[in-house]
Amino acid sequence: MTLLKWFGRKSFSHGVHPQEHKDGTAHRAIRRLPFAPRMIVPLAQHIGKPSRPLVKVGEEVLRGQLIAEADGFMSVPQHAPATGVVEAIELMPSAQGPRVRSIVIKVYEASSQEVLCDQSQDVDNLDPDAIVQAVQASGLVGLGGAAFPSHVKLKVPAEHAIHTLVVNGCECEPFLTTDHRVMLEQTDDLIRGTRYAMRVVGAKRAVIGVEDNKMDAVETIRARLPADGNISVEAVETKYPQGSEKMLITSLLGLEVPSGGHTFHIGVVVNNVGTLAAMGQLLPRGRGLIERVVTVAGPGVSKPGNYRVPIGTPLRYLLGYAGFSGSAAEVILGGPMMGNAIASLDVPVTKGVSGVLVLSSNAIGQPRTVHPCIKCGQCVSACPIHLNPSQLGLLAAKREYDLMAEDFHLKDCIECGCCSFVCPSSIPLVQYFRIAKSVLRERAA
Amino acid sequence: MSKPQPTIELRTSPHIKSAPTVEQIMRNVVFALLPISAFAVYEFGISALALILTVTGSCLLTEHLFNRAGEKPNSLRDWSAAITGLLLALTLPPGFPLWMGVVAGFVAIALGKVLFGGLGFNVFNPALVGRAFVQAAFPVAITTWTPPLAPGRFLEFIPSTLTAPFMTPPSVAAWSHHAVDAFSGATPLGLWKFQGIVVSTSDLFTGMSAGSAGETSALLILVCGAYLAARRMMDWRIPAAMLGTAALTALAFRLFGGSHYPTPLFVLFSGGLMLGALFMATDMVASPLTPLGVWIYGAVMGFITVIIRYFGGLPEGVMYAILLGNALSPLIALITQPRVYGARRERSKP
Repeated sequence: MTLLKWFGRKSFSHGVHPQEHKDGTAHRAIRRLPFAPRMIVPLAQHIGKPSRPLVKVGEEVLRGQLIAEADGFMSVPQHAPATGVVEAIELMPSAQGPRVRSIVIKVYEASSQEVLCDQSQDVDNLDPDAIVQAVQASGLVGLGGAAFPSHVKLKVPAEHAIHTLVVNGCECEPFLTTDHRVMLEQTDDLIRGTRYAMRVVGAKRAVIGVEDNKMDAVETIRARLPADGNISVEAVETKYPQGSEKMLITSLLGLEVPSGGHTFHIGVVVNNVGTLAAMGQLLPRGRGLIERVVTVAGPGVSKPGNYRVPIGTPLRYLLGYAGFSGSAAEVILGGPMMGNAIASLDVPVTKGVSGVLVLSSNAIGQPRTVHPCIKCGQCVSACPIHLNPSQLGLLAAKREYDLMAEDFHLKDCIECGCCSFVCPSSIPLVQYFRIAKSVLRERAA
Repeated sequence: MSKPQPTIELRTSPHIKSAPTVEQIMRNVVFALLPISAFAVYEFGISALALILTVTGSCLLTEHLFNRAGEKPNSLRDWSAAITGLLLALTLPPGFPLWMGVVAGFVAIALGKVLFGGLGFNVFNPALVGRAFVQAAFPVAITTWTPPLAPGRFLEFIPSTLTAPFMTPPSVAAWSHHAVDAFSGATPLGLWKFQGIVVSTSDLFTGMSAGSAGETSALLILVCGAYLAARRMMDWRIPAAMLGTAALTALAFRLFGGSHYPTPLFVLFSGGLMLGALFMATDMVASPLTPLGVWIYGAVMGFITVIIRYFGGLPEGVMYAILLGNALSPLIALITQPRVYGARRERSKP
């Protein structure tokens, strides 16, 4: 029976099995983080155009108040994470590297956790376009890490009929447990958000895909599913990168997103569970996104856990609360497979930050010597897109970027990092590919 | 300033790594070859020991000298030159003159590896390049076989071993006859091909037969290969395809060609097929990367091995089969590129 279950588990081909490291936080319920004395809300913390500030220096803002508006459709507004006074609107350090124009709020000491600005709306009687507007007004972006404006994703071009909404609860990155906790603790929000999204895109059914290392979440969701049977939950194999849109669609539906195309070309829209739970929570109350769940984990913190963190909280404050010992080899935003190492703890938590990992040199190992490619084929067997990273790596070293794109499908690379993860020669393959892609993008522009 | 500011590193993702490193893979291949080398010494005595040490030393020294000359970093620590040396020694007759072993080692590294750009760039398995060279240069010495388990093998050298450099080795036929009664001076493959005598499969399996230093015991080679395959440091599909095809080809000949063709088991366990399939055809650098290509590559080599054995002038064909497979490898890889996710069926490239 067990064997049958394992063989029958839905999945995609290739991929890797990194150590999961989720035991430290998976059982820890989401806890609210107190306000930091000063919040930094970047105006560009999503993909698209930066928001336009609506407040002035010295102005008082209430928790939940709109403080910056969207600049066009490909943009989202920002809301004040805490009650206080605007101290500055200026360039501040950001996790991405370059400084970003941000609204700095000095938080009042007695600031309440109560959200003071909301306006309940009857989402069930809104038409799809009105829901899209409401989603944009909430400032919601993809909380899985992409930070792509959610309303843009829901606004499918009219000529594409959507048959299925895929809800991504895989959380395939090691260490991260935010989606896991949200599925357990905000199940009703998740289902409500899923229903909204189904209505907007016109999908008849929704499938929630969850990796089979979170069977408690599968059971919890299954017990709460509406009786109409339009929403189902499916366990998929625990394997990285199961949570990539393309891989999850293949695992659940057996479809492939065409090369260079979007998921809507095959009638599918994918949303992360955290995003939909936030949607289900925010929309009925007409609130903006002012906090998110962040996993703080790794050997460098004594109080790892899942924290509900106000957007704009400086990392130094969050880590201090989580018992950061002060020494770390690396601090990573996101997961260890695709997350970014940061150079400073003075950057804020933004909408796309799913985890903060404080890793010791033990966890990441000594820097390895890079050897020539020995054509072992490990990367070829790992690449979920079935590319030839070995060949691409050799071409990248010779800067044959055009050849990489034309003959070796560079643009299909999802930058999951499986190739670098398995490479015995420690060649930074995925980093080569990121560089190659950005050079090609620049040339095209 | 009470204490230095703590520093954090900035690396690019992924921040964790799974794989064994190149050094670990290569070191394990060396480990897997050690029992085979030890058995060669047990079977053929101090001549085999001297040959293994000399050839491996020659390979390491050659690599070192070229590193010095080319001002390249020390590459001995990646263990790949040691593998070439061990493999090369194991494919030579146990009484092979040591000075010729030095030449073989030099050629293997210089022509087989350095000329192409070093580790990762060799087109052919360097050990086989060295062996092919001495096969052409010293045709007699490389087909002079001595009996296994000769008494006194740990005390005296086979006469040919200590031939002075650039001298022709003395005949060992008389010595062999003296050492072991009725030793014919041929390998099991030679006996079958030229005299129609078939050595028992169990002797071949356990290695109680004449042959190159490390090729005789199919059992030991299989065990050592299984170790590497189990640690995922060797692609098991290549030997599976090569041995499977060789066995099927031999079976076809025996079924349709008559009983003067040997049994598939004889074909599998005789000569260098086992050592070649597990340790030389699997040279990662010289084999194709594509999943389908690996099977084709192995099958081609298995088939050619049997054809050379049956119809060629030589009793053994593994070396040329693998070198040919190496040469075909880029082509095989090219025509077996897998379909990329989300792409329509691959249109053929102009």
